[in-house]
Amino acid sequence: MKYILMMQGKIADWKAQNSTTWPPGAFQAHIDFLISLNKTLTENGELAAVVALTSPEESRIVRAGPGGQPAITDGPFPEAKEFLAGYWIVDVDSHERALQIAAVASTAPGPDGAPMNMPIEVRPVMGAPGEEM
Amino acid sequence: MTSLLRELAPQVLGAVMRRYRDFAACEDAVQEALLAAAGQWPRDGTPQNPRGWLIQVACRRMNDHLRSETARRSREAAAAQESDQQVMQDETDPNQDDTLVLLFMCCHPALTPSSAIALTLRAVGGLTTAEIANAFLVPEATMAQRISRAKQAVKASGTPFDTPDARDRDQRMGSVLQVLYLIFNEGYASSIGPDLQRSDLANEAIRLARAVRRLAPDNGEAAGLLALMLLTDARRPARTTADGALVPLAEQDRTLWDGRAVAEGVALISETLPRGMVGPYQIQAAIAAVHDEAARAQDTDWPQILALYGLLAQMSDNPMVALNHAVAVAMVEGPRAGLGQLAALDGALAGHHRLAAVRAHLLEMAGEREAAIAHYLTAAGRTTSLPERNYLNLKAARLGASV
Repeated sequence: MKYILMMQGKIADWKAQNSTTWPPGAFQAHIDFLISLNKTLTENGELAAVVALTSPEESRIVRAGPGGQPAITDGPFPEAKEFLAGYWIVDVDSHERALQIAAVASTAPGPDGAPMNMPIEVRPVMGAPGEEM
Repeated sequence: MTSLLRELAPQVLGAVMRRYRDFAACEDAVQEALLAAAGQWPRDGTPQNPRGWLIQVACRRMNDHLRSETARRSREAAAAQESDQQVMQDETDPNQDDTLVLLFMCCHPALTPSSAIALTLRAVGGLTTAEIANAFLVPEATMAQRISRAKQAVKASGTPFDTPDARDRDQRMGSVLQVLYLIFNEGYASSIGPDLQRSDLANEAIRLARAVRRLAPDNGEAAGLLALMLLTDARRPARTTADGALVPLAEQDRTLWDGRAVAEGVALISETLPRGMVGPYQIQAAIAAVHDEAARAQDTDWPQILALYGLLAQMSDNPMVALNHAVAVAMVEGPRAGLGQLAALDGALAGHHRLAAVRAHLLEMAGEREAAIAHYLTAAGRTTSLPERNYLNLKAARLGASV
């Protein structure tokens, strides 16, 4: 069964810091952690997809305006506190395993080298077999 | 030619396994032989004895592999020397049992279902890693690792490549049938709309079930599983509309059902049931046969289906069986009786969309519109199948609109 694991970033954190404000080596450690996690998931036969997103300031919110023309505003919404940083889709044998992987992803190290314990949203992906009705 | 290679793949792997035992290396050698055949046969023509040709090429690859490790494994290298002479004798004696032993190995109880499925499709089904990855919608690298880990797990379990004794054999046959059933469901249940390629999995499961039936003609459950697949798959053309929407059994256009598959399935289960040793697959096939034999939904022999579910419930404590039993009770004794039975399932199936969907359906039958709508919506929120979610939401919407 497939699950999506969505990594949520805090807008406030993202505004306050970036790779240049992290101590030397800390950002590299963060990236190395994620690369190693992806490698492990592939080796386990569990990784279905992994997508990293650009920074939230690259985001645009689109609505159809008059005549269906795109009406574009910068995203994310001003009131938003969190943004989607990226996601994994994992194909695992149990719900518990998906939660376990999310917990590992959450421990990616932050600027001080300690686990950031980021919130990871876990949801089943549509497409599992349906029963005859 | 692809189908010939697929047919021969497990026989060749079994023959090579019997000689060399190292599952991972043998499997690689057979894949190389199959690739060589795919390249050479269209150009030079199919050899007179294709199976012998493949065994010979695979054994040569194995010998090369072993020679490169001679220092470490002198004993196996000696076996390799012997094998060239043996190959010619084996060519005329396709040992069917090898395929069965290979199946037993791939459907090993030590493997998780997803690993066993992947390994079976690759080693016995002769599918490429890319084909299997495509069917399960994961990248090829992920599937390659899953297969490789499965091979390692089989190796670590220490199962010898030998025909197991009678008791072990029955138990292992149970795992084989379970894996084939899962492959079938994966393909059948999701062969909708854009996922059409996945219907190949259902066909592959049926092909493998036929092979198992040939290998174990006295096993009633092997026959039962094949019949169940045929009788279920026969409905596939009616199960969805052209745009992928789900059509429930009661509303299907039965003229679209595959009459030949129904006839074959009915004949198979009719000849199997009287032989005794009736198991769950045979009963499920019998239930499918009762559905398929009704020309119209209202002609369905529900009392017989109820009796069959009663039997099935005695053999299995699976709550999904109890759920279907409750539906049959409702069809025979009325929706209130069915709803009464559902109450007992609130623990075992808590949070399961099927329980909510069945409850909604029975409430609708009982004329409790508001409650039915609420349970349809609950079920829609819980299912992980998109066509099913659409179907349940539309049911709720239609009930809400009808005053």
